[in-house]
Amino acid sequence: MAEKMELKEVEVWDGNYAASQALRQAQVDVVAAYPITPSTPIVENYGAYVANGYVDGEFVMVESEHAAMSGCVGAAAAGGRVATATSSQGFALMVEVLYQASGMRLPIVMTVVNRALASPLNVRGDHSDMYLGRDSGWIQLDAFNAQEAYDLTLCAFKIGEDLRVRLPVMVHQDGFLTSHTAQNVHTLSDDEAYKFVGDYKPHEEMLDFSKPVTYGAQTEEDWHFEHKAKQHKALIESREVIEEVFAEFKKLTGREYKRVESYMMDDAEVAIVALGTTVETARVAAQQLREEGVKAGVVAPRVFRPFPFDDIRDALENTKAIAVLDRSAPMGAMGALFNEVSAALYTTPNRPLVTNFIYGLGGRDFSVEEAKRIFKEQKAHADAGYITTPIQQFSGVRGPKLGFFETKRGK
Amino acid sequence: MAITNIKNLKEFSTVNERFEGAHLLCPGCAHSMIVRELMNATDDNLVIATNTGCLEVSTAVYPYTSWDTSWIHIGFENAATAVAGAEAMYKARKRKGTLKDPDAPVKFVAFGGDGSTYDIGFQWLSGAVERGHDFTYICLDNENYANTGGQRSSATPTGAHTSTAQAGRVSYGKKQKKKDLVAIMAAHGAPYVAQLSPNKWKSMAKGFQKALETEGPCFINTVSACTTEWKFDPKDTIHITDLATDSLMFPIYEIINGTELNILYRPKNIIPVEEYLAAQGRYKHLFKPENRHIIEQIQKEVDEKWEYLQRREEARV
Repeated sequence: MAEKMELKEVEVWDGNYAASQALRQAQVDVVAAYPITPSTPIVENYGAYVANGYVDGEFVMVESEHAAMSGCVGAAAAGGRVATATSSQGFALMVEVLYQASGMRLPIVMTVVNRALASPLNVRGDHSDMYLGRDSGWIQLDAFNAQEAYDLTLCAFKIGEDLRVRLPVMVHQDGFLTSHTAQNVHTLSDDEAYKFVGDYKPHEEMLDFSKPVTYGAQTEEDWHFEHKAKQHKALIESREVIEEVFAEFKKLTGREYKRVESYMMDDAEVAIVALGTTVETARVAAQQLREEGVKAGVVAPRVFRPFPFDDIRDALENTKAIAVLDRSAPMGAMGALFNEVSAALYTTPNRPLVTNFIYGLGGRDFSVEEAKRIFKEQKAHADAGYITTPIQQFSGVRGPKLGFFETKRGK
Repeated sequence: MAITNIKNLKEFSTVNERFEGAHLLCPGCAHSMIVRELMNATDDNLVIATNTGCLEVSTAVYPYTSWDTSWIHIGFENAATAVAGAEAMYKARKRKGTLKDPDAPVKFVAFGGDGSTYDIGFQWLSGAVERGHDFTYICLDNENYANTGGQRSSATPTGAHTSTAQAGRVSYGKKQKKKDLVAIMAAHGAPYVAQLSPNKWKSMAKGFQKALETEGPCFINTVSACTTEWKFDPKDTIHITDLATDSLMFPIYEIINGTELNILYRPKNIIPVEEYLAAQGRYKHLFKPENRHIIEQIQKEVDEKWEYLQRREEARV
């Protein structure tokens, strides 16, 4: 039996430590991993738990991230709880296997500490890796701080392993801003945490020899489409289980999570939609602007996949102007979050004005002042009744203002 | 448990029925012989991972499967890691007491073709062996990417024609030498490494059993004659394989703990490699006058390799 760890009710943990503690408390059977900045401390911390008797499971340090996810798939098919951690280039290297993990419906949990993708090489946080995973068939939860990284990692096991879901889950946090920033984290005891997550329930496992299973079969035009359709349906329908798990977590801890987190949105005229730590920056800006009489609010997808098309629409449909912030180089298109939010709003009668900001690439700072400026720009659009700037703008980049595309509405 | 009765091929070939004959491999393909032999060499439960390749695409086409055992395929390169993950899970669950039948004996096996083993999956194989997982990796070496129409691999021998190293007006086929993967795997310090051949079915069965019974990572390279890409009549698979082993193009030997080399088959009459080459369409062009020197080069290299193996065996290093 693994040793239990005495935790204080409130610990001072960074996001990496919080994530590694959640993995320990979930009593993962196999962690197969490969270290990469800025998520390296997750596997280092976990290695320390292993070395000191706090973990009963196997800890397999493989030779690449591709192998990490390959080992996770093999382990998960053998009927137990599996987890790993990665970032950036490592995430990119394992992309092939991400699709295979979800296609085989294996509930692996991966803590992803978001970091930019080369080239140029960059170790700082942006959302390029998270975006790279958005079509991979995984559930993607997004933590904005260390507390949430801890809470959501515990929830991730319960969501993914639910027999109605059976899908892998990523829990994202921002590189350095969350992963390396120590904050107060309210903890659960080992017993409480494990009781919440629950025992793993093996399903179609390779180690039940009375019922052999074939994993990873071939399908062509005859059956591939049906498999992918079922997988998409499972992902969309995981919404209900996600909400159930969040509700159960609230009952246990008092901490509430929603598929879409709305802040000061009841009467908001202008809004920022963002992911990660930027959500907290935007909330501070909204709060300050409220004192100046600007009806500002913030909307954030807590669940990036399955994309909360319905709840995003409901949260934003009564606003007048919205800035959607993408922390990933859009490379020849509008930002992905902008596109998805805009699509959700297109089905509403009012169709608010939506603009897109590309910001914070490679860890470039995003300040409360800049968030306030963006809010005020939205207010100008709202007052004018049309978008007064280019639809897509770059925020915080050196050189002359960079923007693309003009509106055809209202002007 | 190892099957002890391997004296009679007819009996041995049907002792376990865990690999259905209804698969899509080419008639005359040696893959299924090797796979059946592995699965008959033990009574233990098997967890098998298979890289993408001929074996995989021919045996698990939904909604059918040829595998009456636990089986997984992920990608082209990672069967070694898939089975290593399963083995790690087995250890964890055994320790925690969550296995349905904790006493059921089980062996972990990975299959890959030479493309996935020598080339694209080499890193995954090397990593899994270095970590010491308890599994046996079997390479079905047909010396080309047969599943995709016969492209070169690093296991393709010098002079063979493949679709990406073609013989033509100014080319004699593949120019490079075959990678010596057996030596590389032995250099990992794997406890059991061997090169075996299905025409020598008794030594193959014994080698498989040794690997399965050995704790730790074991690697076996098997000769798998490819009727489609080597270009011979499907009925001649074993005949061609006899020529391969008797010409010493494929010497049969094992290396224990990286150092102790034992030759497992010494042909009574060693035949010239020319006979082996002449029996296959992929070497046809070597018999043109301008390419004759390549046959001589191949013979020289085969002789040197045989000499080297014998000296290592004798010196016990």
